[in-house]
Amino acid sequence: MKRRDFVTTVGAATIGAMLPGGAFAQMAGYARTLVLVELKGGNDGLNTVVPYADGEYYGLRPNIGIARDRVLQLDERAGLHPALDPLMALWKGRELAVVQGVGYPSANLSHFRSIEIWDTASKSHEYLSAGWLARAFIAAPTPASFAADGVIVGGAEMGPFAGGARAIAVTDTERFLREARLAQPGPQGRNPALVHILKVERDIVQAAANLHADHVYATTFPATPFGNAIRTAAQVIAGKSGVAAVKVSLNGFDTHNNQPGTQARLLKDLAEGLAALKAALVEIGRWDSTLVMTYAEFGRRARENRSNGTDHGTASSHFLLGGRVRGGLYGPPPALDRLDGNGNLPHAVDFRDLYATVLGGWWGLDAAAALNGRFTPLDLIKA
Amino acid sequence: MLATRGPLGEKMTLFWHNHFVSSLQKVRSPQLLYRQNALLRSHALGNFGGLLHAVARDPAMLVYLDNAISRKGQPNENFARELMELFTLGEGTYSEQDVKEAARAFTGWSVDPDSGDFMFRQPAHDDGVKTILGRSGSFDGRAVLDILLAQPQTAEFVTGKLWREFVSPVPDPVEVRRIASAFRASGYDIRVALNALLVSDAFYAPQNRAALIKSPVELVVGTLRQFDFTTAGVMPFVVTTNQLGQRLFAPPNVKGWPGGEAWINSTTFLARKAFLEHLFRVEELRAMPAGEMAGGMDGLMAAARLAPGQERYLRAMLQVHFDSGQWLARVNGGEAAAVQRVLLAAAPAGPGASGMQGMDLIRHLTQDAAYQLK
Repeated sequence: MKRRDFVTTVGAATIGAMLPGGAFAQMAGYARTLVLVELKGGNDGLNTVVPYADGEYYGLRPNIGIARDRVLQLDERAGLHPALDPLMALWKGRELAVVQGVGYPSANLSHFRSIEIWDTASKSHEYLSAGWLARAFIAAPTPASFAADGVIVGGAEMGPFAGGARAIAVTDTERFLREARLAQPGPQGRNPALVHILKVERDIVQAAANLHADHVYATTFPATPFGNAIRTAAQVIAGKSGVAAVKVSLNGFDTHNNQPGTQARLLKDLAEGLAALKAALVEIGRWDSTLVMTYAEFGRRARENRSNGTDHGTASSHFLLGGRVRGGLYGPPPALDRLDGNGNLPHAVDFRDLYATVLGGWWGLDAAAALNGRFTPLDLIKA
Repeated sequence: MLATRGPLGEKMTLFWHNHFVSSLQKVRSPQLLYRQNALLRSHALGNFGGLLHAVARDPAMLVYLDNAISRKGQPNENFARELMELFTLGEGTYSEQDVKEAARAFTGWSVDPDSGDFMFRQPAHDDGVKTILGRSGSFDGRAVLDILLAQPQTAEFVTGKLWREFVSPVPDPVEVRRIASAFRASGYDIRVALNALLVSDAFYAPQNRAALIKSPVELVVGTLRQFDFTTAGVMPFVVTTNQLGQRLFAPPNVKGWPGGEAWINSTTFLARKAFLEHLFRVEELRAMPAGEMAGGMDGLMAAARLAPGQERYLRAMLQVHFDSGQWLARVNGGEAAAVQRVLLAAAPAGPGASGMQGMDLIRHLTQDAAYQLK
């Protein structure tokens, strides 16, 4: 697809009433950046966004429940984990959307399989090979001048970019630039296998030529691995040649035992990292053109286990933040009185609704095509 | 695979591992996976019908696809569904009702928790009448497997998969039907199917040369064997194949490794190149003059462009030996064109190697994109 066709497609999709209320999305396309934050292991949503007014919650979690007087109140029913305090400035500035009950029907409780479902935006019993972002980028390519469609910071898994996106995984930009010296821009291939390999090689060369690691930020990034990943993400976004999406990960949310200390440390790391990302992006004037979204393979069981932890569960809460995000609470409070036979929460917001928000609401793309179905975007992007 | 004198048997054992998938991630028992691996190896070049019957009673499989907990009145359809979709018929050639009925036939096929052996739980078995692919009877699991083996579609499905492993990414439907029919007529002798594929015109057709992408295991093991590397242990190579996306005994899901182009993305491609670079720089690193070794391990790490944390990998790699002089002498005295013919299945994708020699030549050719092809 040529760039002009892309603009036409995006324009048509935008006018096709993608947004509720007949609002027209401002045609911005890939000048807007997406930052995905994967909370690996499955973050416990109930202790992240605490239903502190619900007696059932304290009944299910006598030991690990967050006391009412410790939560950071969002409204009369929901409050954030106290370690998320660095996000409260965003909440008060109406730049933080908190979405409760995100999941999908017939939830799979395997880390491996469930993140595959999230990455490919498949149904629970459907195996797709391409990631949801790869499908979007194939249908509507990013400008050829972009360094890449996506950059994955930390970890080698292509995740939502697998299967056709121009995506590059870097631990840090310097190391990638060093390793990329082994790649040579090749000529055209003689068969599909070689064509594919040479395309990947060219993608590496193009990214290496256009990614830089030398923007000097006044912002101080937290001195943790996640803080470093956020710093690398900020370096990628500061680059001149463009990247549509950046993915960072925070590991360790599989809190089967002694959850309180572990989760508090992780959420503090998350909140400080996100606050630093905002400060950095404000510094370079990119906060209004960046959307940050968290996700994870699943949430955790409503009832605490006997090890002061929680087992694999289903629906969870997630955050979207950015200069154009309409802050507030989305999705109903967790239905602790309607747990399923395994003691798991029903989901209220399909994760593909969030993807539709990104694809349609943020980028103005045809979300239904990339997601193989119609999903309802959340009305949380300001024009 | 590194040591065997029968590489085809090992290659087929891995092929069946990727066909009858079970994963440690779910089974959680290395013992059961090992027993399954031995089973796959013993049937690797034997009879597909025998293999299918054995796999259906294999404890790792019974756990992996939940048949071990399937019982009358509450049949678990997981195994029956994958049996039809992935092991025999292929998607779209059977109905949802066939899956449900077949699941009833396998109820009671379970695992003895003490011995880890197959166990038939009679009270859990549904011995009522089932209708599968238009045939009705009080079928048990064995009868269902025989019904599936009787379908020409099963032979075609498996032959198509063998084609994608050995010949090209897109099977020729006419040829597949011809070979599948010989395969089925032989009573599913795997050697018959392989032989027919390997003497087919398509196998030798120029357009199918270097049309397939080497799997991580093929790249790593193939390189070590082709160059007669001596190694101290398999650790660095297991680490490498994992990094390249092929964690043995843990395929990503019941469909197995998708393979083909999915093997190569920016991460795995650079990792493939880095591995080959390390392999053919080990001699050089080991021979570094004492002066340059002043940094000790740190100096070597920097020279090998490795990141902190990869010290153990480097130490293990330093135990790898390759005698380039001897190897090159065997390949027409190291003449560039001869070495290229031995190493690449097709012409180089990048600049040619004329004028190069010795390790430079080997490094140049193994870094060429065509080295990733088979």
